[in-house]
Amino acid sequence: MASTVGALARPGHRAARRPVRWTALAFLAPLLVYLLLFYAYPLYRNIELSLHDYTPRAFIQGNPEFTGLDNYAAILSDDAFLRALGNTALFTLVSIAAQYAVGLALAVFFHRGFRLSAVLRAMFLVPWLLPLIVSASTWSWMLNSDNGIVNAALQAFGIGQINWLTSPDTSLLAVTIANIWLGVPFNLVILYAGLQNIPADLYEAAGLDGANAWQRFWRITFPLLRPVSAITLLLGLIYTLKVVDIIWIMTRGGPADASTTLAIWSYREAFGTGQPDFSPAAAVGNLLILIAFAAGLIHVRLQRGEERA
Amino acid sequence: MRHWKTLAGIVLVALMLFPVYWMVNVSLTRTGDMRADPPHWFPWNPTFEGYAAAFGQQLPALATSLFIGLGTVALTLAVSLPAGYALAKLRPRGGRAIDFLLLVAQMIPAVVMAMGFYAIYIRLGLLNTVPGLIVADSTLAVPFGVLLFRAFMAGIPGELLSAAQLDGASTWRTFRSIILPLSRNSVITVSLFTFLWAWSDFIFASTLNRNSDVIPITLGIFRYIGNNTTQWNSIMATAVIASVPAAFLLVLAQRYIAAGVTAGAVKD
Repeated sequence: MASTVGALARPGHRAARRPVRWTALAFLAPLLVYLLLFYAYPLYRNIELSLHDYTPRAFIQGNPEFTGLDNYAAILSDDAFLRALGNTALFTLVSIAAQYAVGLALAVFFHRGFRLSAVLRAMFLVPWLLPLIVSASTWSWMLNSDNGIVNAALQAFGIGQINWLTSPDTSLLAVTIANIWLGVPFNLVILYAGLQNIPADLYEAAGLDGANAWQRFWRITFPLLRPVSAITLLLGLIYTLKVVDIIWIMTRGGPADASTTLAIWSYREAFGTGQPDFSPAAAVGNLLILIAFAAGLIHVRLQRGEERA
Repeated sequence: MRHWKTLAGIVLVALMLFPVYWMVNVSLTRTGDMRADPPHWFPWNPTFEGYAAAFGQQLPALATSLFIGLGTVALTLAVSLPAGYALAKLRPRGGRAIDFLLLVAQMIPAVVMAMGFYAIYIRLGLLNTVPGLIVADSTLAVPFGVLLFRAFMAGIPGELLSAAQLDGASTWRTFRSIILPLSRNSVITVSLFTFLWAWSDFIFASTLNRNSDVIPITLGIFRYIGNNTTQWNSIMATAVIASVPAAFLLVLAQRYIAAGVTAGAVKD
């Protein structure tokens, strides 16, 4: 019986194979068209922008001068480039390190459930769900030099007025603090989910062996959480490299470029002044893609390694 | 011991959510008390003038944001649901390449996309239009949507689909009558996130719609800050109103949020 069905099914199966391919393609078609039109084409336009000298006039008329890699050369030799690169590195690394540390501490705190723990953990999501303009403007007012609550609180401890957003010494720190606050929820949720996957009997065994909480964390939690940690940090890196909103709303990259990252630089050249300068902006943006892409390759590598393991 | 932890948790939440409290506090503070030194920690004499001003001036922007959010959800679902199904169940040629493209797509900075869209829209006359903004906002969500739907639909038992096929159902019929109803939860997750991202978008709004009369609420707040730095109660009142969808999500759809955040990042 089985062989008859097989014999009957085989020719039909071969004939059916082709339609299945076409059906798959039909279901994929909207996505493929979408990716071409709304990803590939804007990216292509962006590369084209960076290889020409697009003055606002040429932008409308569509006859810009081809300049090859001149825009890139100009960017790389600009003093502002190293500064923006340094700010980007500082902003990104300090943000993700602090977000991760706080997120992990909170995840461990919430790991063993207690009364109200689910509700309290949910409350931690709030900063992440708020529109960035909301958080950024709230932080701006809290960090206001004269009327901000932060300075008022510091004053109680005898610390004098700090011009958080208007001094070049502190503006990068100020936006980094706000960004850390924004990123903690994401780290908490992912690391908490990672903790749930660590078998509980490991902790019980360690408890029987007399390990204290500190030892249990460093011997069990931290090593077993390593894959999840790596992915959390890399996702954080990719997200943080792109950040524009929070910095632009709080400081506009200032004062005197003190909080200008690569993303802010690109945004300002293109959209932030009365004189849009798209070509260098596009060049900076493409450099940013390269950096993000390098981080992404590491991410994919790690994920593949995971799947094999 | 247990109560000690709950107490500590409440203190931590209070610290973390202090900025949110402060936003509400400032939104209720009288203009005259705004620059009091030290600032008022609690709005003993609350005023609703901030909210009156916010509703009076920002109602059109709120409506625009609502419309853009819903439009973005519709476009995102239309593109990513069939694609998720094809990738999960129909084994298309080059499926892995598409996965890779979607991962890469999520790494592209929004400012780069904004420049590309600007260059395209300026020729097509789509600058400062709502449809243009809906398309741009959907790029924030489509890769996420496809990857989440694919992951979810891969878990739908193959027997269900072959049974439908034996009954003579076409692939489209199977998709509509079996896959879609079973995917309800993931559709909710993707819709909620997409709506929230579109509602919160600032970069595309501030670049592609910056000279428009029809602006979303994020741009409304931004212009507010630029225009009058004295009326922080109105600004913060608008911010509170703009946070309503987030609050709604947190209260009513918390389990979908956790599902969305961990999707793709953690494997069982």
